[in-house]
Amino acid sequence: MPVITYRDALNQALREEMQRDDRVFIMGEEVGVYQGAYKVSKGMLQEFGEMRVVDTPITELGFAGVGVGAAMVGLRPIIEFMTWNFALLALDQVVNSAAKMLYMSGGQYSIPIVFRGPNGAALQLSAQHSQAWESWLAHIPGLKVVAPGTPYDAKGLLKSAVRDENPVIVLEGEMLYNTKGEVPAEEYLIPLGKAALKREGDHCSIITHGKMILVALQAADQLAKEGIRVDVLDLLSLRPMDVEAIATTVRKTNRAVVLEEGWELAGIGAQIVDYIQRDCFDDLDAPVVRVHQTDVPMPYAKNLERAAKPDVPKTIAAVKKVMYLEQ
Amino acid sequence: MATKVVMEALSPTMEEGRLVKWVKNEGDTVAKGEVLAEIETDKAVMELVARGDGVLRKRVLAEGQTAPVGQLVGVIGAADEDIGAILSSAPAAAAPAASAGAAPATAEPAQTQAPAQPAAQPAAAPAPSAPAPSAPTAPPAAPPTPALGEKQPSAPAAPAPAAAAPAPHENGGRPRSSPLARRLASDRGLDLGQVQGSGPGGRIIKRDIEAASAAGPAAAPLTAPRPAAAGDYADVPLTQIRKTIARRLTESLGPIPTFYLTMEADLTRTAEMRDAMLEADNEFKVSFNDIILKAVATALARHPEVNAHWLGDRVRQFNRVHLGMAVAIEDGLITPVLFDADRKGLGELSREARELAAKARARKLTPNEYTGSTFSVSNLGMFGIDQFTAIINPPEAGIVAVGAVEDKPVVVDGQVVVRKRVRVTMSCDHRVIDGATGARFLQDLRRMLENPLMIVY
Repeated sequence: MPVITYRDALNQALREEMQRDDRVFIMGEEVGVYQGAYKVSKGMLQEFGEMRVVDTPITELGFAGVGVGAAMVGLRPIIEFMTWNFALLALDQVVNSAAKMLYMSGGQYSIPIVFRGPNGAALQLSAQHSQAWESWLAHIPGLKVVAPGTPYDAKGLLKSAVRDENPVIVLEGEMLYNTKGEVPAEEYLIPLGKAALKREGDHCSIITHGKMILVALQAADQLAKEGIRVDVLDLLSLRPMDVEAIATTVRKTNRAVVLEEGWELAGIGAQIVDYIQRDCFDDLDAPVVRVHQTDVPMPYAKNLERAAKPDVPKTIAAVKKVMYLEQ
Repeated sequence: MATKVVMEALSPTMEEGRLVKWVKNEGDTVAKGEVLAEIETDKAVMELVARGDGVLRKRVLAEGQTAPVGQLVGVIGAADEDIGAILSSAPAAAAPAASAGAAPATAEPAQTQAPAQPAAQPAAAPAPSAPAPSAPTAPPAAPPTPALGEKQPSAPAAPAPAAAAPAPHENGGRPRSSPLARRLASDRGLDLGQVQGSGPGGRIIKRDIEAASAAGPAAAPLTAPRPAAAGDYADVPLTQIRKTIARRLTESLGPIPTFYLTMEADLTRTAEMRDAMLEADNEFKVSFNDIILKAVATALARHPEVNAHWLGDRVRQFNRVHLGMAVAIEDGLITPVLFDADRKGLGELSREARELAAKARARKLTPNEYTGSTFSVSNLGMFGIDQFTAIINPPEAGIVAVGAVEDKPVVVDGQVVVRKRVRVTMSCDHRVIDGATGARFLQDLRRMLENPLMIVY
């Protein structure tokens, strides 16, 4: 199976979907002439022309709104945000227009739009540019939210996102674009709302999504050397969330660590813990432990940034805590 | 080191207990395991035993009074030990009358109140006088006040209540345990009080239950056979039609969509058998009820689809028959269990039913004697009721209501003759049992009642 980067996997997905359906177009800052701020749209201006690969000014709210309007009249826009930190400016269009239009038009206007871009922290981009927004976005009825952490998942989920009749948020990662993984040459789709069990074990479950899957798998490898076998569940979709997969793994291991990139209060992990206590109360042998970013704006200093981020040692410590191996 | 005597949960559903009688006096020497008092639970009168050696220093709860589970009811200590701190920290010590209402108050108001009491003197301030001012003011109108008074001592001293206590069940409290451990213990019939916890703060967790089960019956005081060992049942996943039936019928008829099937059986041959046994020797005397219990148990063994529990997401069909037998007692009813009723001889079953009924009336049943039934029977025949419907005891899927055995004119071979007849009505949880399923079970039950040699086989 070919091994390609996350960036190329996204690029394949975009090109395949634009070849398949001429209503699909991409719009955003630097997607065309510059070939994408992170080169995700490389070669696309040449292949599809400037009617379908549209460079915009630095006006997030504006081009998000143009996208919603285009979707209302039958096109299928893909809106690229240079990062989700910049997309804060566009949230009115995402939350109040895209997510609400089908409902408030009494079903007359579906909005088959994709909003995509990198989410969360990279390296030393400081407080304003290192934020994970999934709990904000997944909070909104009317949106679907996916967070692929591998090239395989990125391609399969983005293709499904483009074909969905509803607004879909795709949360990528600056640190993920260069990562590599196996991606089949033949076409495939990954259904929205389905989690994937990425590692099997019976001692404890790590439930996570997005780029934290890489942290979880590394933690699982190290724990395996100590004889601790963990289930690693990659949620892939945060809305709708695969509640059954969560219950299945927790019922198997009786212990869970919930790992996410963002902050603790009202984070996605809080919702997962709620599902667990609701569906698996009698299956729990220990309180669920969460791993998340420290409750501070992301520091710029390298050592402080490292201390604030969730990482492999913190995940391992959490697993040992729920297994009562460390207090 | 003093040992607190607290109100223990002496039945699975007990929330509070009434102290019927102190067996020990203040000043009596007591040994661990000795009976201190008799406690009336929601089900029976049970014994409260000492969890430590020493002298019963203080009887905090007076006879006739009620306390919620976990509340201090007495103190065991050395003869000369200072137990003032324990007594002053006890809600019941100074306000026994208000205790029941005030106890559930949470620590939250106490903590918000704490800054208003700058002199946080855990030991001195809350001496018995502290709650007193609140008592005369307006006890019924101001429930929060006594709660604040009582909670104060612990609030400033222990910001994280309970978290620090090392081994809570050593001093008679409820053992701390994970939800999974509780479920496994209940499935295996283990008493959590007998299991040593190895988790944080002595919490009982899965591995402790597994160790205790592996240790065998010595560690498992409940020797009565219980329904949930592996292999004793089969869990049947719900099919779509089962789910739809459950949902639709629940909408229509409340949480347990019940329907009723009534059949009349001819007990003439059963009566003949009973008379013949009695004639043989008084030792072989059995009642109609005993025979009916045996017949129901035998029929259930052939119909696991009826001998079942509704568990919300699945149906648990048992291949052992633990028959609940409703017994009327002075102020209610209770359902002691005839374990493995299908495997017991008629004589054994009869003796056991008699003993359990007597214990039930004397309120001497222990929890393991009235929990774990897979199906139940209720009989009001002795009151001359010819037919009635009984209410299902969830999660069981059914209950059989037995009426009086009466002489009735019936048509046999075209002739009106007098026969002994009984009317049996089964209440069925339609989520588990369909009409035809229940009917087939009753058909078998009738065959057995009408040909009693089948139950002897």
